[in-house]
Amino acid sequence: MNRLVIKGGRLIDPSVNVDGLFNIYIMGGRVGTIKPADRDTTELVEGAPGLEVIDATGLVVLPGFIDAHTHLREPGFEYKETIKTGTMAASSGGFTSVLCMANTNPVNDNASVTRYILDKAKAEGTASVHPIGAVTVGQQGERLTEFGELKAAGCVAFSDDGVPITDGAVMRRALEYSMIFGAPVVSHAEDPRLAGAGVMNEGAVSTRLGLKGIPNAAEDAMVARDLSLAELTGGRLHIAHVSTRGAVELIRSAKARGVNVTAEVTPHHLTLTDEAVSGYDTFTKMNPPLRAQEDVDALRGGLKDGTIDCIATDHAPQSTIEKDVEFDKAANGIVGLETAFSLAYGLVEERILTLNEIIRALTINPSKAFLLNKGSLRVGSQADIAIIDLNRTWKVDPSRLKSKSKNTPYGGRTLKGVVIKTVVNGSVVYDATKENS
Amino acid sequence: MRLKRKDLLGIEELERGEIEQILSTAESFKEVSAREIKKVPTLRGKTVINLFYEPSTRTRTSFEIAAKRMSADAVNISVSTSSVAKGETLKDTAKNLEAMRPDCIVVRHLSSGTPQMLSKYVSCSVVNAGDGAHEHPSQALLDMLTVKEKKGRIDGLKLSIIGDITHSRVARSNIYGFTKLGAEVTVCGPPTMIPPGMERLGCSVTTDMTEAIRGADVIMMLRIQMERQKESLFPSVREYSRLYGLDDAKLKGAKDDVIILHPGPINRGVEISSEVADGPYSLILDQVTNGVAVRMAIFYMLLGGTREEAQFK
Ligand SMILES: [Zn+2]
Repeated sequence: MNRLVIKGGRLIDPSVNVDGLFNIYIMGGRVGTIKPADRDTTELVEGAPGLEVIDATGLVVLPGFIDAHTHLREPGFEYKETIKTGTMAASSGGFTSVLCMANTNPVNDNASVTRYILDKAKAEGTASVHPIGAVTVGQQGERLTEFGELKAAGCVAFSDDGVPITDGAVMRRALEYSMIFGAPVVSHAEDPRLAGAGVMNEGAVSTRLGLKGIPNAAEDAMVARDLSLAELTGGRLHIAHVSTRGAVELIRSAKARGVNVTAEVTPHHLTLTDEAVSGYDTFTKMNPPLRAQEDVDALRGGLKDGTIDCIATDHAPQSTIEKDVEFDKAANGIVGLETAFSLAYGLVEERILTLNEIIRALTINPSKAFLLNKGSLRVGSQADIAIIDLNRTWKVDPSRLKSKSKNTPYGGRTLKGVVIKTVVNGSVVYDATKENS
Repeated sequence: MRLKRKDLLGIEELERGEIEQILSTAESFKEVSAREIKKVPTLRGKTVINLFYEPSTRTRTSFEIAAKRMSADAVNISVSTSSVAKGETLKDTAKNLEAMRPDCIVVRHLSSGTPQMLSKYVSCSVVNAGDGAHEHPSQALLDMLTVKEKKGRIDGLKLSIIGDITHSRVARSNIYGFTKLGAEVTVCGPPTMIPPGMERLGCSVTTDMTEAIRGADVIMMLRIQMERQKESLFPSVREYSRLYGLDDAKLKGAKDDVIILHPGPINRGVEISSEVADGPYSLILDQVTNGVAVRMAIFYMLLGGTREEAQFK
């Protein structure tokens, strides 16, 4: 049986309030023992067959990250991303599990698509893939999919992400029906009529640029509706990519009332405002759009006080065909898996969030929201681990991203926090020291 | 004198001095248009491509005449949006045009920001002939020239721009231009047609037409697009016209020496009545004449030589 030992690193696991120097012994893909580094007298026979030792001195060792919101694009849009390249991007970003959205072609609205994704992931993936099934057939917003069959095939949640569910009655039934399976319904909360033909946040910047705006109300109104429905039904609601201060406030007060809701925010909504759109760079176009500074501040506050549970990437690869075009016509979305941790860590460096807060939002919180039983490093846990050098910086070079698409607005930026190794199920799936530099 | 920039993308990024230089160069070019032989050899051998993604015979013709009076070769490319949807990106289009080695691309597009994107892809000059609801710099320059000619100055004047501010690139460019030259600008329209944060562009905002007219030295009426009714921006043409159309009755509240501009083409009886459009205060046709001069100046200052040559002694 293969053994992996991670020695001397600073293990930080907010789920069990651990922060200290530990040696981690991994066997058969699971955490065997965890020993304080200074009191560990175990003698390792270097070079023993099947034994790999990682010296993590000076590095932090974290539960592998879980991305609650990834678009892997396969099947159907393999020219943008495949399960192979998408999970490679995940691995190089420290993510060991990704939840992939259903807006593929065909839509993941039946078990055969779910199985296809999982088979592919097993054969070619370097991260655990947890599919999210569609809420409605073909994401048409009308008839519910067979949640039971999808769940049995491996779906962990249901979402029509990319397409808002405009019919409140359908959303109500989805929340009710999913209670059988304890799986959350993930809402892409947007009133499409209010959003209209908008291509960026509505405000002074859209006015200056002459671009059509999407008002905050398009999100606030839908979040309010979905929270009411979650309250009515007792169903489990997860709000995807929260972007407005109004939505943060609505979720905060719903949580205070005991509504069964969780929420996520993307690294880009935490770090950029609509000012970034000023040069008409289509890599700043996404849905929901980059908002105003007041919104960014509210999102950071929401993450800090637990209103927002997860940092999720909304990793949305798009090819040059979709992005090298007029701003109005450009597709939404940016790639995010490879920059997520460093962007979040930037907020720690700025003393806006603590290291514990961001780790929690990347590990145990998404695990709890989606009932994954991951995101924690205890004896017996699945050995999914990210090893990171918090003192090193790296420059984002889009051409070097593992993702098949290069649509990042952070190209050229220097970020702090470098993923050194990523371990999934006890195996090293990414090793920065083996990358050509 | 050449502009110290490759492109003319908007008025927002111009400095006051640059605007004044373009206006005074345009004044000297007006003389050329008044000649029997309306042509100077200044830009002989230069190629200008008029790339129009949005039909506008008027603006395109004005740019074309301006180029030809400067002896440049002007090529018109009209692209209907449908024919672009063949999988060619804007970048592909730009690179293809670039390969033909033009000296200048004049671009009109219904998507805001397209000239800015194009300018990053090509090494030749790019002139924005109107992009979405963003900017229309040559229109603002010809408007400023028209006002300067009539009033002798722009500094200290009050300009009111009335109509659909949200969708107007003419409004935005004029706000930047007139305020940079020292005028006070007020925009006026129904609240459904005034976007958030408008005052941050440097203007005042009102929804009261009477207030906008009172005390204005210059009134600029904007063309209303009938389709906007469908978006519930106004309930009917009749009501719009009654509330925000400029007619003789409303004009009674204006200054005696008010002047009226309209970027054209006008909707008679909608945003402006025929009596006003054809009346003594209207400078609509002067605007068209000045359009050619301003565009000659733009070509000259982006592609041409020294100021001395501009005098054509
Ligand atoms: Zn979404």
